[in-house]
Amino acid sequence: MALDRIEKRFEKLKTEKRAGLVTFVTAGDPDLGTSLEILKGLPGAGADIIELGMPFSDPMADGPAIQEASIRALKGKMTLAKTLEMVRLFRQDDQVTPIILMGYYNPIYVYGVDKFLYDALSAGIDGLIIVDLPPEEDTELAIPAKKVNMGMIHLATPTTNEKRLNIILRNGSGFLYYVTIAGITGTAKPDLTPVKNALDKFRAVSDIPMAVGFGIKTPKNVARFAEFSDAVVVGSAIVDIIKNNIDEQNVANSELIGRVLSFVDELSDGVKSAKRED
Amino acid sequence: MASNKINSFRNGPDEDGHFGIFGGRYVAETLMPLIHDVEKTYNEAKNDPAFKQEFHELLKEYVGRPNPLYHAKRMTEHLGGAKIYFKREELNHTGAHKINNCVGQILLARRMGKTRIIAETGAGQHGVATATVCALFGMPCVVYMGAKDIERQKPNVFRMKLLGAEVIPVTSGSESLKDSMNEALRDWVSNVEDTFYIIGTAAGPHPYPELVRDFQCVIGDEAREQILEKEGRLPDSLVACVGGGSNAIGLFHPFLDDDVNIVAVEAAGFGVNTDKHAASLSGGAPGVLHGNRTFLLMDDDGQIFEAHSISAGLDYPGIGPEHSHLHDIGRVKYVPIDDKEALEAFQLCTKLEGIIPALESAHAIAHVMKMAPTLPEDHIIVMGLSGRGDKDIFTVADALGEEI
Repeated sequence: MALDRIEKRFEKLKTEKRAGLVTFVTAGDPDLGTSLEILKGLPGAGADIIELGMPFSDPMADGPAIQEASIRALKGKMTLAKTLEMVRLFRQDDQVTPIILMGYYNPIYVYGVDKFLYDALSAGIDGLIIVDLPPEEDTELAIPAKKVNMGMIHLATPTTNEKRLNIILRNGSGFLYYVTIAGITGTAKPDLTPVKNALDKFRAVSDIPMAVGFGIKTPKNVARFAEFSDAVVVGSAIVDIIKNNIDEQNVANSELIGRVLSFVDELSDGVKSAKRED
Repeated sequence: MASNKINSFRNGPDEDGHFGIFGGRYVAETLMPLIHDVEKTYNEAKNDPAFKQEFHELLKEYVGRPNPLYHAKRMTEHLGGAKIYFKREELNHTGAHKINNCVGQILLARRMGKTRIIAETGAGQHGVATATVCALFGMPCVVYMGAKDIERQKPNVFRMKLLGAEVIPVTSGSESLKDSMNEALRDWVSNVEDTFYIIGTAAGPHPYPELVRDFQCVIGDEAREQILEKEGRLPDSLVACVGGGSNAIGLFHPFLDDDVNIVAVEAAGFGVNTDKHAASLSGGAPGVLHGNRTFLLMDDDGQIFEAHSISAGLDYPGIGPEHSHLHDIGRVKYVPIDDKEALEAFQLCTKLEGIIPALESAHAIAHVMKMAPTLPEDHIIVMGLSGRGDKDIFTVADALGEEI
């Protein structure tokens, strides 16, 4: 499984002639139980790939929404081991939806890279996005991950030229995550044209699937980006719904899970309704 | 600057920014092209005589270097042992060693054609130094400072404002130095085109630990020349305080290959056995944060702790990667000094020498107070007096239970 599950999912999307919806939530936000219920509900609501955030005390590439989600999860004593356990429970019912862990390197480094890869694969995790591991540090995790068939999703950004793209793709796998803005998650709204131009440029270099994310928040926006990308990532807008449905002690109200999933359902209509050239 | 000798402690970092297993470039992809540009520009600049000349000219005419290597006679007599010298960084313009690095980095920023400067600050000394060079070079300056630090360092906040800087309170996380650094990195990622990040200590992604060290090496280069002139020989010991460790590495580096005993002093807060300290080498473990692998204070899950020290400038849960390496190979000894010991040293130095030291520097003094009486009179100690303590009088008054 692992990398294969991601590749199969993109093959399926190709036959359906549409872009995939990638949804981000932070593991353990606002608490482990609620978070697991959301996770289990995501594929049914239309998520094609799940990005699961590993909480970190210092998420320096994230905007306020995902920073606060991390803080809520850590307040609830979330740990990397519990995140892996969540995925293990999810996998009891779902063998086909890829799960990508997203976060920062330190918790993995402290856990131990080899032990982490072993435990993550056994739990049913398929890929990793580690924001503070650029290709210059591929020997840390990307190369060990490659050896065990764990997907290592690398990021490209508006500051990436073709020469650098080749460096990025050297040990990247699964798909390329194109960061639509020079900035942090959930803040500035990206313009369509420069993103489309960047993807066109990259496609001349590589045929790896290309996902776009950062600042994409509405079903309408998702539809526009789904016209020319292989997958669209939505994170902060989903996390905001969690924030708006908890009390001061981070206790979820009875509507939270339903509201998150019905929003994902709307986002899914976005990828399905996109008018594509192919 | 790095040494040409093969067996030298001064050869680091390697081309990927590693000092042993420490250092590296752990930053978001958006920043990587820019980080490479900084490295390329720095490598050109350090071999450009015109750059060096302008740097040293500014240090001389604007910062007021060289500052004295002062024989602290009364401290020496009082402690009754080793002969104590202070390297007087507190006499620099803006009152600390921080300005040396800021002068170097703003010259780099201008060389790269950057038009906007950002910085993080804890106590406000680096923020003031950055705001100062920005005023001098006519560049807009944004300083990120923890909301808690803004409250306890009001005079420095107003200084920065007078100098034309915009001080942005950081309310995320623990509202202290590490969170200010996160926020500065978020700003940088969002403004890669026009912005240069002046990092205040010898930490962060490569090439920062190297270039900050090189700019601060003026401390040790001067001290070396001055002690040879005064004593005709090198000192037996060097002592300096470490938070991120820029003043310490600046003093130590020119002596690493010599037969000199080197001691760095970490802030032990309430004690290294409590959960309120800032001694990353005495009480931490290797991890990855803010662009480098280094010793960090964190829990078993890799979540970073909030540090504590009475001195806001040492209040950081990490340390520069070269220090982690020097600790690892045993070339430099790292010892803890707690809040109480630092407060006593602060008062003793003020009364005996008529010098009010920064609380950061008081940690170094406290260790000198411990070691000097155990050493013979012909043992020479050179201690880095990294900053002046005017900024700390409110904190000290508070700790002593006095109202001012």
